Amino acid sequence: MARILICDDEPNIVVSLEFLMRRQGHEVRAVGDGDAALAAVTEFAPDLVLLDLMLPGRDGYEVCQTLRADGHHMKILMLTAKGREAEIAKGLAVGADAYLTKPFGTQDLVARVQRLLGAGT
Amino acid sequence: MVAAWVVVVVSLAYLGLLFGIAHHGDKRAAAGRSLISSGVVYALSLAVYATSWTYYGSVGRAATRGMEFLTIYLGPACAMACSAVVLQKIIRVSKRYRITSLSDFAAARYGNSRVLGGLVALVAVVGTVPYIALQLKAVSSTFRLVSGGEVSAAGVPPYADTALYVALVLALFSILFGTGHLDATERHEGMVAAIAFESVVKLVAFLAAGLYVTFGLFGGFGDLFDRAAASPALADATDIGEYGNWFWLIVLSAFAVLLLPRQFQIGVVENVDERHVRTAAWLFPLYLLVINIFVLPIALAGVLLLGPTVSPDTYVLALQQSSALALLVFIGGLSAATGMVIVETIALSTMVSNSLVVPLLLRRAEVAARGDLGRLVLRIRRVTILVVLLLGFGFFRISGDALGLVDMGLVSFAAVAQFAPALLGGLWWKGATRNGALAGLVAGIALWAYTLLLPELAKSGWVPGSVVRDGPFGIALLRPQELFGLTGAGAVGNGVFWSLLVNVVLFVGVSLAGRQTPAEAGHAALFVDIDRRTPGPGTRFYRGSVPVARLRDLLARFVGAEAAAALVTEHATRRGAPLPDDAQADPELVRQVETALTGAVGPAAARALVASVADEEPLGMAEVIELVGEAQHLRELDRLKDEFIATVTHELRTPLTSIRAFTEILRDNPDLPAAERARYLEIMATETERLTRMVNQVLDLARLESGNAEWRVTDVALGPLIDEAATATAQLFTDGRVALDVDVPAGTTVVEADRDGVVQVLLNLLSNAVKVSPPAGGRVRITLRTDDRVARIDVADDGPGVPATERELIFDRFRQGGAGGTGGTGLGLAISRRIVEQFGGTLEVSDCGGNGRGATFSVGLPVSAKSAHAGAKRR
Repeated sequence: MARILICDDEPNIVVSLEFLMRRQGHEVRAVGDGDAALAAVTEFAPDLVLLDLMLPGRDGYEVCQTLRADGHHMKILMLTAKGREAEIAKGLAVGADAYLTKPFGTQDLVARVQRLLGAGT
Repeated sequence: MVAAWVVVVVSLAYLGLLFGIAHHGDKRAAAGRSLISSGVVYALSLAVYATSWTYYGSVGRAATRGMEFLTIYLGPACAMACSAVVLQKIIRVSKRYRITSLSDFAAARYGNSRVLGGLVALVAVVGTVPYIALQLKAVSSTFRLVSGGEVSAAGVPPYADTALYVALVLALFSILFGTGHLDATERHEGMVAAIAFESVVKLVAFLAAGLYVTFGLFGGFGDLFDRAAASPALADATDIGEYGNWFWLIVLSAFAVLLLPRQFQIGVVENVDERHVRTAAWLFPLYLLVINIFVLPIALAGVLLLGPTVSPDTYVLALQQSSALALLVFIGGLSAATGMVIVETIALSTMVSNSLVVPLLLRRAEVAARGDLGRLVLRIRRVTILVVLLLGFGFFRISGDALGLVDMGLVSFAAVAQFAPALLGGLWWKGATRNGALAGLVAGIALWAYTLLLPELAKSGWVPGSVVRDGPFGIALLRPQELFGLTGAGAVGNGVFWSLLVNVVLFVGVSLAGRQTPAEAGHAALFVDIDRRTPGPGTRFYRGSVPVARLRDLLARFVGAEAAAALVTEHATRRGAPLPDDAQADPELVRQVETALTGAVGPAAARALVASVADEEPLGMAEVIELVGEAQHLRELDRLKDEFIATVTHELRTPLTSIRAFTEILRDNPDLPAAERARYLEIMATETERLTRMVNQVLDLARLESGNAEWRVTDVALGPLIDEAATATAQLFTDGRVALDVDVPAGTTVVEADRDGVVQVLLNLLSNAVKVSPPAGGRVRITLRTDDRVARIDVADDGPGVPATERELIFDRFRQGGAGGTGGTGLGLAISRRIVEQFGGTLEVSDCGGNGRGATFSVGLPVSAKSAHAGAKRR
């Protein structure tokens, strides 16, 4: 049982992520852009962020970088439709813990989240 | 020898024959039965290379300098035999882009540079006038010789000089057969037929002279050479002279056979069929070989029989003892001289008018506004021909006997050789820039003038001889003919070496150091990659707006109303849609008109003319990408393609993500409550639809961009289409709780377009408007307004609006305005704009006006004559 923050601007994808996380028994909060994500982190204090890369305003890289710079140590799992080597490398470089390419397999996603939560804190 | 009046009558008869042949050739061409469409005729006409320099001067050269005369034929023979590929590429480029002269070629290669074209034309004139003077001198002196007078023209007043009248007759010939019409291809079949005939005449006459000398005056080659070997005066007649000279003369003449104005005219502009080059590759060298067989025998015989008191340049004629043969030889020389003069003046007239006069004239508003510019251009060319010939005559009269046939010819060769780096280099090296070409040419010509022209002028006494002998101010290092102490290459070798060296170094250096403008890069690719490109649509160096009628009227001023109308009609037919006068010309039509104008006035002026009628915008990002696309192997293009594909796949993955996630959720959770289940299925259905729409749009865009979209263009009434689009999007508006106002006037507004295409555009604009409107309380207004030319449909929303900086960007592929709304592919506006442009319309975005919020998308379509509109009425 953990607190999961979902940050994605595609409502239907958010619906599916919410369902998958809740089904695992997690507490879920969802936001649609980078600024909202940063705000939610302060009050919601998630254990893990599911972070989309292509966001309106601040993109996922920026959000990730800002979180790490502010000293947050929660797990960050990046989700994106861009799956090229360079982007994966960049995502990990700015502080993401793992990286998943859209469209993702639901079981794969759940397993990743569990592993990240189990390894941390 | 022969009575003067006989020579005059025979000469006039010969020139009359030339007029007859040219007239016949033009008539046959007009009837579609070309007289000159054969490789043999092409090779013979190329032999215009052999002028009176060959005819008389080679013998003179051989008599004084031994075998060196051969270099002038070895170079071209090698060039033609080995580098037919060069000539073929020049021909291909010139035909594709309607280039009709050397200066146009240079201008077009370097982004329609007027400066470069003008410079090339100027150099060609300066370099060629002395060469024309030579031909007139040869005619003048041989006329006096054959009719028994003095060789020197010194005692003859200019008005009594045969050369003046020959010059005038030749001017008439060139004007009649070289500037009879202003044609997009600038081909002159009659003139070419006459030139080929002249090549036969001079060959036959020279062979006759040689045979007579060898077998009539001597007992064959053996006898002649034996006696020459025994003569002390001829001890070094078969000497090969300075090696340095040999090398440079071969290089020089190899360039000359491609780059002399007359060779470009005959070899490129007048070429009927590229395959003829293959015949010329062996026949032209063979011609040169045959015409040179008797050079040495005649020279030896001249030295043996006539000695140094007779000018060696006249041995060919002076050795003839029968008057009939003398007359034949004279006519042969006349044919060599006239052929050169005719083609050279025609070539120069095209250059001078296209690259010097017309661009300057068009700057003056009153000229540019004249109706019939075609006639003006022809008049300019005719005057140019006359002026060039009179200049040549004047030069010959003033320089007098100091003008040596071969020396002056070589100076001309060296002048045109300066074109080689820019023109030939630019044909294979895409990185060559305009500035590089200019720098090389300017420096090369400056050195040419100093090392080669100056010494010739000194010979005529126009410059103090000491400058050449001791160097300016007595500085030996600066002696023009041994610049920087270079000796051993000969005077010509020295000049050619320095001028070409500096030319090439600056051409390459400046090109490498500088950057090309997008237009320059585009032109470079068009030339260098000529074989990788197929002609036809796709090239769009144009971004602007001009109504079809204005473009057609512009063309009509040069090629006549009929031809201009034919071009537009043909384009409309190919496009499959009518082109009303006030429709915006599409880029392909603009390109075609520009190409047609290039044939008439050259590329630089054509560009300026089109720019003057079209409201052109500077090249934007989209054009630059298209230009880049022209150079197919550029890495840049691959990168852009990658980016496009990456964006497409990214966009497609988004709906796919939802579909996959919910499919797996439904599979793994059979126990879901029915309501939740239904909700997820609904999402899957929506996202599947979205995916389908995207795939269709990508295909639409691909079809539109490749020009393969099929449209059924009919008269369409816009009112009902707007209603249809409003009805189709009604559900969207209801769902988003956005109000839609439809404002269509009562009359019927008809445009010529594809019905479904227009509906697609309207649906796209309306659904975009819903998306950006504030949910609940938003208001969208669709309005139709018509004047007698344009029907305008405005779709105004009260969303966040589009910042001025993004107004063009949003029409790019995959650019979504502002915060990424959901469900958009980013392709809709790109597709809509392309559709509207298919029907000669526009799609733009502006402020809503007034309240500072919202955006208005405006579709403008040309109104068809069938519209009947009344005052606007609200509905």
